[in-house]
Amino acid sequence: MPVTSTHYLFLSLLLFSIGIMGTLMRRNAIIIFMCIELMLNAVNLLLVAFSKLYGDADAQLFVFFIMVVAAAEVAVGLAVIVMMYRKVHSVDINILNRLKH
Amino acid sequence: MAVGCALGVILSRNPVNSVMFLIMTFFAISGHYILMNAQFLAIVNIIVYAGAIMVLFLFVIMLMNLNADVEPQKGMMIQLAGVISGGILFLVILMGLTTARAEAIDPKSTHIGLISNLGKVLFNKYVLPFEISSVLFLSAMIGAVVIGRKEPLAAGEKAEIIQN
Repeated sequence: MPVTSTHYLFLSLLLFSIGIMGTLMRRNAIIIFMCIELMLNAVNLLLVAFSKLYGDADAQLFVFFIMVVAAAEVAVGLAVIVMMYRKVHSVDINILNRLKH
Repeated sequence: MAVGCALGVILSRNPVNSVMFLIMTFFAISGHYILMNAQFLAIVNIIVYAGAIMVLFLFVIMLMNLNADVEPQKGMMIQLAGVISGGILFLVILMGLTTARAEAIDPKSTHIGLISNLGKVLFNKYVLPFEISSVLFLSAMIGAVVIGRKEPLAAGEKAEIIQN
Protein backbone atom coordinates (compact mmCIF):
# COMPACT_ATOMS: atom_id res chain seq x y z
CA MET A 1 0.00 0.00 0.00
CA PRO A 2 1.62 3.30 -0.99
CA VAL A 3 1.85 6.05 1.56
CA THR A 4 -0.48 8.86 0.57
CA SER A 5 -0.96 12.39 1.75
CA THR A 6 -4.07 11.31 3.64
CA HIS A 7 -2.03 9.10 5.94
CA TYR A 8 0.17 11.99 6.98
CA LEU A 9 -2.91 14.17 7.32
CA PHE A 10 -4.46 11.75 9.79
CA LEU A 11 -1.24 11.12 11.69
CA SER A 12 -0.62 14.79 12.21
CA LEU A 13 -4.25 15.40 13.10
CA LEU A 14 -4.02 12.67 15.73
CA LEU A 15 -0.84 14.14 17.20
CA PHE A 16 -2.43 17.59 17.28
CA SER A 17 -5.53 16.26 19.05
CA ILE A 18 -3.39 14.47 21.61
CA GLY A 19 -1.60 17.75 22.24
CA ILE A 20 -4.88 19.55 22.78
CA MET A 21 -6.15 16.85 25.12
CA GLY A 22 -2.96 17.04 27.14
CA THR A 23 -3.19 20.81 27.38
CA LEU A 24 -6.74 20.59 28.65
CA MET A 25 -6.16 17.64 30.99
CA ARG A 26 -3.02 18.42 32.93
CA ARG A 27 -2.29 21.02 35.56
CA ASN A 28 1.47 20.87 35.51
CA ALA A 29 2.69 23.92 33.61
CA ILE A 30 5.71 22.09 32.19
CA ILE A 31 3.59 19.30 30.75
CA ILE A 32 1.24 21.82 29.16
CA PHE A 33 4.30 23.40 27.60
CA MET A 34 5.42 20.05 26.23
CA CYS A 35 1.99 19.46 24.74
CA ILE A 36 2.29 22.76 22.91
CA GLU A 37 5.58 21.52 21.48
CA LEU A 38 3.79 18.36 20.38
CA MET A 39 1.20 20.41 18.50
CA LEU A 40 3.93 22.44 16.79
CA ASN A 41 5.57 19.23 15.66
CA ALA A 42 2.33 17.86 14.29
CA VAL A 43 2.01 20.95 12.11
CA ASN A 44 5.63 20.63 11.04
CA LEU A 45 5.06 17.06 9.95
CA LEU A 46 2.09 18.11 7.83
CA LEU A 47 4.05 20.96 6.24
CA VAL A 48 6.86 18.62 5.27
CA ALA A 49 4.42 16.10 3.84
CA PHE A 50 2.78 18.71 1.63
CA SER A 51 6.11 20.20 0.61
CA LYS A 52 7.08 16.73 -0.54
CA LEU A 53 3.78 16.30 -2.32
CA TYR A 54 4.00 19.52 -4.29
CA GLY A 55 7.77 19.59 -4.72
CA ASP A 56 8.13 22.99 -3.09
CA ALA A 57 11.09 23.86 -0.89
CA ASP A 58 9.46 26.90 0.75
CA ALA A 59 7.42 24.79 3.15
CA GLN A 60 10.50 23.09 4.52
CA LEU A 61 12.04 26.48 5.22
CA PHE A 62 8.88 27.45 7.03
CA VAL A 63 9.34 24.37 9.19
CA PHE A 64 12.87 25.56 9.87
CA PHE A 65 11.62 28.97 10.96
CA ILE A 66 8.94 27.38 13.13
CA MET A 67 11.66 25.41 14.89
CA VAL A 68 13.67 28.58 15.43
CA VAL A 69 10.73 30.43 16.93
CA ALA A 70 9.82 27.41 19.06
CA ALA A 71 13.32 27.27 20.49
CA ALA A 72 13.19 30.95 21.42
CA GLU A 73 9.74 30.49 22.91
CA VAL A 74 10.86 27.53 25.02
CA ALA A 75 13.75 29.51 26.46
CA VAL A 76 11.54 32.40 27.54
CA GLY A 77 8.69 30.15 28.72
CA LEU A 78 10.92 27.98 30.87
CA ALA A 79 12.42 31.12 32.40
CA VAL A 80 8.90 32.25 33.27
CA ILE A 81 8.10 28.86 34.80
CA VAL A 82 11.28 28.89 36.87
CA MET A 83 10.43 32.37 38.08
CA MET A 84 6.92 31.27 38.99
CA TYR A 85 8.31 28.27 40.84
CA ARG A 86 10.58 30.53 42.85
CA LYS A 87 7.66 32.73 43.87
CA VAL A 88 5.03 30.13 44.75
CA HIS A 89 6.98 26.84 44.96
CA SER A 90 4.63 25.07 42.60
CA VAL A 91 4.02 24.69 38.90
CA ASP A 92 0.31 24.21 39.35
CA ILE A 93 -1.43 26.51 36.91
CA ASN A 94 -4.45 26.90 39.17
CA ILE A 95 -2.36 29.16 41.36
CA LEU A 96 -2.25 31.58 38.47
CA ASN A 97 -5.97 32.14 38.95
CA ARG A 98 -4.94 34.73 41.46
CA LEU A 99 -3.50 36.88 38.70
CA LYS A 100 -6.89 38.37 38.02
CA HIS A 101 -7.22 39.89 41.48
CA MET B 1 4.78 4.51 17.40
CA ALA B 2 4.62 8.31 17.35
CA VAL B 3 1.01 8.17 18.49
CA GLY B 4 1.73 5.73 21.31
CA CYS B 5 4.60 7.84 22.58
CA ALA B 6 2.49 10.98 22.36
CA LEU B 7 -0.16 9.31 24.47
CA GLY B 8 2.57 8.45 26.94
CA VAL B 9 3.45 12.14 27.21
CA ILE B 10 0.05 13.15 28.46
CA LEU B 11 -0.77 10.05 30.48
CA SER B 12 2.36 9.45 32.53
CA ARG B 13 2.31 10.85 36.03
CA ASN B 14 6.01 11.46 36.33
CA PRO B 15 7.20 14.53 34.38
CA VAL B 16 10.56 12.90 33.64
CA ASN B 17 8.81 10.00 31.96
CA SER B 18 6.79 12.51 29.96
CA VAL B 19 9.97 14.11 28.69
CA MET B 20 11.36 10.71 27.69
CA PHE B 21 8.18 9.87 25.80
CA LEU B 22 8.30 13.23 24.05
CA ILE B 23 11.89 12.54 22.94
CA MET B 24 10.72 9.21 21.51
CA THR B 25 7.94 11.03 19.66
CA PHE B 26 10.41 13.46 18.16
CA PHE B 27 12.62 10.63 17.01
CA ALA B 28 9.63 8.98 15.35
CA ILE B 29 8.76 12.23 13.60
CA SER B 30 12.36 12.54 12.45
CA GLY B 31 12.07 9.06 10.99
CA HIS B 32 9.10 10.27 8.98
CA TYR B 33 11.17 13.22 7.72
CA ILE B 34 13.87 10.83 6.56
CA LEU B 35 11.27 8.69 4.83
CA MET B 36 10.14 11.80 2.97
CA ASN B 37 13.73 12.54 1.94
CA ALA B 38 13.88 15.72 4.05
CA GLN B 39 17.23 14.89 5.59
CA PHE B 40 18.14 18.40 6.69
CA LEU B 41 14.96 18.79 8.68
CA ALA B 42 15.38 15.34 10.22
CA ILE B 43 18.84 16.20 11.52
CA VAL B 44 17.75 19.64 12.70
CA ASN B 45 14.75 18.10 14.45
CA ILE B 46 16.93 15.66 16.34
CA ILE B 47 19.55 18.23 17.27
CA VAL B 48 17.25 21.10 18.20
CA TYR B 49 14.26 19.34 19.69
CA ALA B 50 15.51 16.04 21.05
CA GLY B 51 18.89 17.49 21.91
CA ALA B 52 18.53 21.05 23.08
CA ILE B 53 14.94 21.71 24.01
CA MET B 54 14.32 18.45 25.80
CA VAL B 55 17.55 18.77 27.77
CA LEU B 56 16.32 22.20 28.80
CA PHE B 57 13.04 20.68 29.98
CA LEU B 58 14.82 17.91 31.87
CA PHE B 59 17.12 20.46 33.44
CA VAL B 60 14.22 22.57 34.68
CA ILE B 61 12.39 19.53 36.02
CA MET B 62 15.46 18.30 37.86
CA LEU B 63 16.12 21.82 39.14
CA MET B 64 12.67 22.04 40.63
CA ASN B 65 12.90 18.50 41.96
CA LEU B 66 9.54 17.69 40.46
CA ASN B 67 10.20 14.03 39.78
CA ALA B 68 8.39 13.12 42.95
CA ASP B 69 4.76 12.48 42.22
CA VAL B 70 3.40 15.59 43.88
CA GLU B 71 1.30 17.00 41.08
CA PRO B 72 -2.29 17.54 42.12
CA GLN B 73 -4.61 16.13 39.51
CA LYS B 74 -7.53 17.92 38.03
CA GLY B 75 -10.99 16.73 38.87
CA MET B 76 -12.32 13.75 36.99
CA MET B 77 -14.96 15.87 35.29
CA ILE B 78 -12.47 18.36 33.93
CA GLN B 79 -10.20 15.61 32.61
CA LEU B 80 -13.17 13.94 30.95
CA ALA B 81 -14.22 17.25 29.43
CA GLY B 82 -10.72 17.76 28.06
CA VAL B 83 -10.64 14.33 26.47
CA ILE B 84 -14.13 14.71 25.02
CA SER B 85 -13.47 18.12 23.51
CA GLY B 86 -10.18 16.99 22.02
CA GLY B 87 -11.81 13.86 20.67
CA ILE B 88 -14.67 15.83 19.16
CA LEU B 89 -12.20 18.13 17.41
CA PHE B 90 -10.40 15.06 16.09
CA LEU B 91 -13.61 13.49 14.83
CA VAL B 92 -14.89 16.64 13.18
CA ILE B 93 -11.70 17.24 11.23
CA LEU B 94 -11.45 13.53 10.45
CA MET B 95 -14.94 13.57 8.93
CA GLY B 96 -14.04 16.69 6.98
CA LEU B 97 -10.93 15.07 5.59
CA THR B 98 -12.18 11.63 4.68
CA THR B 99 -13.25 12.94 1.31
CA ALA B 100 -9.82 14.45 0.67
CA ARG B 101 -8.02 13.33 -2.42
CA ALA B 102 -5.31 10.81 -1.60
CA GLU B 103 -2.18 11.45 -3.62
CA ALA B 104 0.69 9.05 -3.36
CA ILE B 105 3.91 10.49 -1.99
CA ASP B 106 6.77 9.10 -3.97
CA PRO B 107 9.67 8.62 -1.57
CA LYS B 108 12.48 9.49 -3.93
CA SER B 109 11.04 11.65 -6.65
CA THR B 110 12.54 14.99 -5.68
CA HIS B 111 15.61 16.20 -3.90
CA ILE B 112 14.23 19.38 -2.36
CA GLY B 113 14.95 18.22 1.16
CA LEU B 114 18.69 18.10 0.68
CA ILE B 115 20.83 20.74 2.30
CA SER B 116 22.13 22.29 -0.91
CA ASN B 117 18.69 23.00 -2.32
CA LEU B 118 17.32 24.32 0.97
CA GLY B 119 20.37 26.50 1.40
CA LYS B 120 19.93 28.04 -2.02
CA VAL B 121 16.31 28.95 -1.29
CA LEU B 122 17.11 30.12 2.22
CA PHE B 123 19.86 32.51 1.23
CA ASN B 124 18.21 33.82 -1.90
CA LYS B 125 14.55 34.21 -1.12
CA TYR B 126 14.45 34.19 2.67
CA VAL B 127 17.52 36.14 3.73
CA LEU B 128 15.59 38.83 5.57
CA PRO B 129 13.49 36.42 7.71
CA PHE B 130 16.69 34.54 8.47
CA GLU B 131 18.37 37.64 9.83
CA ILE B 132 15.25 38.67 11.73
CA SER B 133 15.10 35.27 13.36
CA SER B 134 18.67 35.65 14.54
CA VAL B 135 17.71 38.94 16.18
CA LEU B 136 14.72 37.18 17.71
CA PHE B 137 17.03 34.54 19.14
CA LEU B 138 19.27 37.17 20.67
CA SER B 139 16.33 38.98 22.25
CA ALA B 140 14.88 35.70 23.55
CA MET B 141 18.21 34.82 25.12
CA ILE B 142 18.49 38.19 26.82
CA GLY B 143 14.87 37.99 27.90
CA ALA B 144 15.36 34.56 29.43
CA VAL B 145 18.38 35.74 31.36
CA VAL B 146 16.59 38.86 32.58
CA ILE B 147 13.51 36.93 33.67
CA GLY B 148 15.44 34.13 35.26
CA ARG B 149 17.89 36.11 37.32
CA LYS B 150 17.87 35.69 41.04
CA GLU B 151 16.33 38.88 42.30
CA PRO B 152 15.11 41.87 40.35
CA LEU B 153 17.27 44.90 40.64
CA ALA B 154 16.08 48.08 42.22
CA ALA B 155 15.24 50.92 39.85
CA GLY B 156 18.37 52.90 40.71
CA GLU B 157 20.69 49.99 40.03
CA LYS B 158 19.02 49.32 36.70
CA ALA B 159 19.53 52.92 35.61
CA GLU B 160 23.16 52.65 36.63
CA ILE B 161 23.66 49.56 34.50
CA ILE B 162 22.02 51.21 31.55
CA GLN B 163 24.25 54.24 31.91
CA ASN B 164 27.33 52.08 32.00
